[in-house]
This record gives sequence, structure tokens and C-alpha cells, in this order.
Amino acid sequence: MSDGERLEQAIYKAVDELNGQLPKGVHVEKSADAPLYGKGGKLESIDVVGLIIEVEEKIKEEFGIAITIADERAVSEQNSPFLTVGTLTKYVAGLLKENGVTVN
Amino acid sequence: MESPLTESPVLLVTGDRKGIGEFLAGHYLALGYRVIGCSRKPAGREGEGYRHFCLDVADESAVQQMFAEIAKDYGRLDVLINNAGVGSMNHLLLTPAKKVKDIFETNFTGTFLMCREAARLMRKRRFGRIVNMSSVAAPLKLEGEAVYAASKAAVVTLTQIAARELADFGITVNAIGPTPIETDLIKNVPQEKIEQLVQRQAIKRLGQFRDVANVIDLFIRPESDFVTGQVLYLGGV
Repeated sequence: MSDGERLEQAIYKAVDELNGQLPKGVHVEKSADAPLYGKGGKLESIDVVGLIIEVEEKIKEEFGIAITIADERAVSEQNSPFLTVGTLTKYVAGLLKENGVTVN
Repeated sequence: MESPLTESPVLLVTGDRKGIGEFLAGHYLALGYRVIGCSRKPAGREGEGYRHFCLDVADESAVQQMFAEIAKDYGRLDVLINNAGVGSMNHLLLTPAKKVKDIFETNFTGTFLMCREAARLMRKRRFGRIVNMSSVAAPLKLEGEAVYAASKAAVVTLTQIAARELADFGITVNAIGPTPIETDLIKNVPQEKIEQLVQRQAIKRLGQFRDVANVIDLFIRPESDFVTGQVLYLGGV
């Protein structure tokens, strides 16, 4: 499995965990353009907190790297990393790159 | 089938090598909890149902590593008691910045890190009880304890805001503010000072370990799921 696939799997596992915690009727699809928070997203801010924690844990499990997703940088990005599953994946790929894992 | 022991709740008490923490570890072991303790130096306690980690509560990676092991080995954490703390008595004109940093690192940063990592684990089962340790030194504005009292005031604010942020996860966060108790923390405080302090309490006696355990018992009961963000000072302060 390529590092890109490993990242995608880690994100999708986090989405699975999140879906298990969401109220009935709210569900996040496992696809890059699935909306999360903001435009078209149905998640509450507290759900995003839950998702971020899950992603950090899954990345730690999969890559052995401790990343911090929600720092000042993430919040100040012109395009929020939390818009869709795809934007979040791209943002996490950037964090992994800083830790020596290049994901295409 | 799981044995009753593996189903019993898991409680972590920081700074359990001596003093209040040591008492609380024994108290909750006797009540059937699986108890995890941590302190900078090894604890004397051993035995079934007890496990100890050697770490500095303000060391972020060490704290994260401990929680990774707790998650792996126990899969849950029901109760966190943030007992670890250090004290210092000095006039503010004579207090070095290094001392301020050290006190805040243990009393505040340590409490914060433990709350964060514990809540991450507790949220998975949507149940958790966190009890932080403040002190009557904060509301009594004790002269000579500016830095210690300020660190304990910070713990109060952390407790109150954490209570709100963690409520959605089924986690309550409360604090207890003990009066002076005969421990190492106050061994260097002159007897006269302690006596003056006791005289400012509604009930004029030194605190005992059981007074602290009694309040924590209340905070961590499953029935206390509507009690959060509270600070209970002993002795009527």
C-alpha cells in the first residue's frame, strides 16, 4: 500500500469512528468531496473536534507520527482544512511531509 | 467471560507516592477500583489492581506515552484525580522566575495535560470523572503564597471551562480545595502561620485525608452526572 493509500485509509477509519458517534441522520461519506464543516457540512464544531482527535490517533497508529492538526496555522488557513474530507486529507498530507513522509 | 477485576472501573491518581495521593490510591484500591498511579520517583506500593508510571506530569510526551499504554492495556479510564502538586512559600519580592515556572509547570500544565489526554480516552465510552486539586490558598489570598495560590486559581478556571467543553462527552470536571493537611507540602510552613490559617476557616481544625476522599467520592459517583464545574473548599472556606 502506498503512503497515499495508507493516509486515505487512516482518514476513512477516523470517519468511521466519527460516524459511530454522530446523532441519527448525520453521516459523513467516505469520499474526498464529502463536506465536513462550513459550506454544506452538517457537522457541529464539537463533531469536528471529535474527528480531529480520531484522525490524530489513526495517523499515530498508521505512521507512528504525532501530529497536531488544529493549531493556529489550521485556523488561519485561507481555505479551511475542515471543509471536506479531501481538504482535510490534503492538510494532513502536508503535516506528514513536514515529518518526512511524502504522500502523493 | 471477563473477570470482575477487568470490569472494575479504572482510576488514575497523579502524585501518589506520598501524602494525599498515596492515601487516595489505597482508598480506591480498597473500594475495588483498578488504580494507576504516577509520580516522578517510584512508589512503594505494589500488588494486584495497582500499576505505577514514573513520570513528570508536565512532560507532554511522557504523559501521552502513559495514556497510550493505559488505552492499550485497560481500554478505558473512568476517573482521573489530578493530585500532583508542588508548593512554595516566599515573599514575591524574593521569588525567582524559575520557581514560578516550576510551580506552574507541575500544578497547572501538568493538570492540563492530564485532563486533555484523559478526556480523549474517556470520550470513547462517553463517561468520565475528573477531579482537580485546588487549594484554599487561592480564595484566602494567602500572603507568601502568591505563586502557589495563583497556580491553584488557574486550576479553578481550567476546571470550570473544561467542565463546559467536556460536558458533551459525558465527562464531569470538578475541583476540591483542601485546607492545610499534615503533609510534606506544608512541612516548611511555620506552625504559627498554619494556626492563623486554620482560624480563618469556619471549622477550625487541620484537614485529614479522609476529608478529601469524601468529596472525591461524591464527585466521582455515577449519580453525580449533573455535578460539574464545581469547586468545593473544605473547612467552610
